[in-house]
Amino acid sequence: MSSATYAEEQSMVEPLAERPMHHAREARPREDAHAHSSPTPVGFWIYLMSDCVIFGALFATYAVLGGNYAGGPAPKDLFEPGFIAIETALLLFSSVTFGLAMLRAGKADTNGTLMWLAVTALFGAGFIGMEIYEFNHLIHLGAGPDRSAFLSSFFALVGTHGLHVTGGLIWLITLMVQIRMHGLIGPNMQRLGTLSMFWHFLDLVWIGVFSFVYLVRLI
Amino acid sequence: MSADTHHAHDHGTMGQLMIGFALAAILTIIPFYLVMAEVDMARSTLVGIIMGLGAVQILVHLVYFLHLKRSSEEGWNFFAAIFAVIILVIVLAGSLWVMHNMNENMMPMHEMDQQIEQMKSLQSQQG
Amino acid sequence: MASEHIQPAETFSPIFGRLTLDWIPIHEPILIGTFAGVALGGLLVFALMTYFRLWVPFWKNWVTTVDHKKIGIMYMVLAFIMMVRGFADALMMRGQQAMAAGGSEGWLPPHHYDQVFTAHGVIMIFFVAMAFITGFMNYVMPLQIGARDVAFPFLNNFSLWMTVAGALLVNISLFVGEFARVGWLAFPPLSGANYSTGPGMDYYLWALQIAGVGTTLSGINMIATIVKMRAPGMKLMDMPIFTWTALITNVLIVAAFPVLTATLALLTLDRYMDFRFFTNDFGGNAMMYVNLIWIWGHPEVYILIIPCFGIISEIVSTFSRKPIFGYRTMVWATGCIMVLSFIVWLHHFFTMGSGANVNTFFGITTMIIAVPTGVKIFNWLFTMYKGRVRLEVPMLWTIGFLVTFTIGGMTGVMLAIPPVDFQLHNTLFLIAHFHNVIIGGVVFAVFAGVTYWWPKAFGFKLDEVWGKRAFWLWFVGFYVAFMPLYALGLMGVTRRMNSYPDAAWQPYFIVAAIGAVLILAGILCNFMNFYVSIRDRKRLACGNDPWDARTLEWATQSPPAPYNFPEDISVVGREAFWQMKKENYQFSTDYQPIHMPKGTASGVVISAFALIFGFAMVWYIWWLAIASFVAMLAIGIAHTFNYNRDYYIPADEVRQTEAKGALA
Repeated sequence: MSSATYAEEQSMVEPLAERPMHHAREARPREDAHAHSSPTPVGFWIYLMSDCVIFGALFATYAVLGGNYAGGPAPKDLFEPGFIAIETALLLFSSVTFGLAMLRAGKADTNGTLMWLAVTALFGAGFIGMEIYEFNHLIHLGAGPDRSAFLSSFFALVGTHGLHVTGGLIWLITLMVQIRMHGLIGPNMQRLGTLSMFWHFLDLVWIGVFSFVYLVRLI
Repeated sequence: MSADTHHAHDHGTMGQLMIGFALAAILTIIPFYLVMAEVDMARSTLVGIIMGLGAVQILVHLVYFLHLKRSSEEGWNFFAAIFAVIILVIVLAGSLWVMHNMNENMMPMHEMDQQIEQMKSLQSQQG
Repeated sequence: MASEHIQPAETFSPIFGRLTLDWIPIHEPILIGTFAGVALGGLLVFALMTYFRLWVPFWKNWVTTVDHKKIGIMYMVLAFIMMVRGFADALMMRGQQAMAAGGSEGWLPPHHYDQVFTAHGVIMIFFVAMAFITGFMNYVMPLQIGARDVAFPFLNNFSLWMTVAGALLVNISLFVGEFARVGWLAFPPLSGANYSTGPGMDYYLWALQIAGVGTTLSGINMIATIVKMRAPGMKLMDMPIFTWTALITNVLIVAAFPVLTATLALLTLDRYMDFRFFTNDFGGNAMMYVNLIWIWGHPEVYILIIPCFGIISEIVSTFSRKPIFGYRTMVWATGCIMVLSFIVWLHHFFTMGSGANVNTFFGITTMIIAVPTGVKIFNWLFTMYKGRVRLEVPMLWTIGFLVTFTIGGMTGVMLAIPPVDFQLHNTLFLIAHFHNVIIGGVVFAVFAGVTYWWPKAFGFKLDEVWGKRAFWLWFVGFYVAFMPLYALGLMGVTRRMNSYPDAAWQPYFIVAAIGAVLILAGILCNFMNFYVSIRDRKRLACGNDPWDARTLEWATQSPPAPYNFPEDISVVGREAFWQMKKENYQFSTDYQPIHMPKGTASGVVISAFALIFGFAMVWYIWWLAIASFVAMLAIGIAHTFNYNRDYYIPADEVRQTEAKGALA
């Protein structure tokens, strides 16, 4: 699939590049064809930055309230570094497999793309499964979000990340269906690129989570 | 058409992906090792190392996975990222500074908790 | 009086949640009267729409449209309707305070009065001021940069309807249940689960969250539009000032609104799931809420005022027949305000207990903001200097803006001095200050802009006589209404008081109430103006360029065709339309098919389910909340399976449309 066409197909208000010019400034060279390439990548990037600020507010809340145990359990009573290491590995692997899917898509290999996307989804689902297990475990220990401000901010931050990954999984599965239906056509390539940004972004936020939420509190 | 080459560029190569993976793996393993092996270092040093490695790993992900370049989208993505970092720093550092200062000047919450506990125990002794 | 009745008992049923018939306020005569009025008006509109068979065209041409111009107009309609609601609240408060002196209780019991001031603030900021500026940016900005539409037309439609859904949820609280009684920013612990029982606070949270989704997405959309859709050749430093201010405001929206979303989400978790962020016990800290909400809140006031600076810049330049003075400094000043607005938030809570060093830092940064703002004021003055100033209605509003906003800015600098703020915090001085900048700044600029761009949108001018009446009533009314509040604030009168013992304050409150009535007359003149102008539209018809304007939006027909411009415009330098006029440039008549986005119902349907979802969450109707959330998700996903989203307007149709426009 040549990607040259998809930017043109996707942008809904694409001016017609082949149009002749009819006025006094006709002689002036046109801006390059990129002047109106699809706005989706930059728009989605801006969305990611705004999402980043949501996480920033949650990190700030954790930073400020994270020490208020209210006589309840502290991080060292609750967090298992080995468990978090596996979660981290799953998410990092899923980032890499998504990268592999993108490379297959660049080679117009529909089946290869779908295969790597499926692997990515499995890693993502594994991550979510572990997180649900962890939350459930903590709540059963009596360390639910209502126990202390520390636990509230922990559940809110890690839970928000988990909800994003869940959203990413739903999107991933939807897109796999769409690729299956229509192949790697322009709009699907664009969506794949956008989802790839989203997925890598969630892995990036996780770096902050495992460093700042878990590890430094275990020293 | 130039969009073609740009596109291939945007999603990187196998080499880039693998370099990114290797760097990310190393940068993840070190902090986990430091914590799990309970390395004997000053607390503040360890915190500094872990947070520093985290920051480096974020950069690695930006460059090798998200393919953020100064030139992507005519610099808009880069500008947006810089601006987001500024906002994040303001929100995080500002909140910490402001709230720390409040706690210093007002009665800190945990002290209040302690006092409430003390009062409760006093009451129960009296009762 | 219904003051005895506070809240129905909490009950829960699996089907209706905690909603019972007791929550319908049939004992409140004011609300029954309002409901009757709204219901009759609604029935009348319904009957007229049905009689004239307008439902299908309304659905096809407006509800499901992705045309940024129509969406912009709908934002303006929303803002005007909500302004009536918010202003009714204001009149009730002014009436109450004019009466409730020296032992008198006035006519609003505290339970009702507290809802009124909360609703007034929430509505005026989120659904009036925000809707106005979003409407302007939607309508004007794409035209100014020579684009066919915004970058993501579907998202634009979705943003509009999410905003409407939020506004509806606030208004539903009038007739089903109650609204929050906590002030417009809802500080905990008052807004927490222990002290705000009942659905009022939950209406607040869900309404703002739903509308906030729309605002954030619209912000992203506008930035992407300015970044990617500018006419070929239009460099950043060629953009009209209004477009610049739109860019910077939307950067602020995208950077600040996520903080609001997160903060309100944390409070929601506190209220619904016993989280402990802002509670008094279990290690929660209510001051963290105040800190977070103002990290959003201060940029928010600049989000409102910055596009207004843009409107004023366009008008001053056009009506002085000069390019704007100091274009570059104008852009840089706006950029400085963008960054500075993020490092001043603590000045909203100097008195909360920070040390001298923190207060000093934020006091100084606040004062520094006055510098770029002052640069702008002088730029406008120098633009007028030696210009041929035409004192038409938009220019009257502009001069009213300059005078009033400057006074408001100066009282702001007074409040920025921490020791002074310790005296004035939470007094009516503060109320007078921010109304001084929001009415004198945002509202005056909005009316200036409405008068200025009305001919663009409809092809005829607004009536000048009614316009001048509206201006003078608003202008005088503002001073009569708010100068007494400055005085009262200096006497130490605090805000949000239901009644007060000192009868010596009463004369000031009576004068303020008279001012509010003058403003009411001004608003009536505004609406009269719309009515008279639409009735006399033949007399007021004015062609495509009634003001001898300078920027690109005037280069096309008024009102513009759906595709905006019949050809791709190529721009060299600033004030593109002024240059085209100098070159006597004509659009080509060799028309080509134009590529356009298709309308879609997905946005309005998802938003309708968002409204149901919000209502269900407010009333703990869990099954309905789950069902409507799943419906939102399913429709959103189904929408992505539609790949057929664009069409071409044939060249012949373009030719016919352009010929019609030339005759008009």
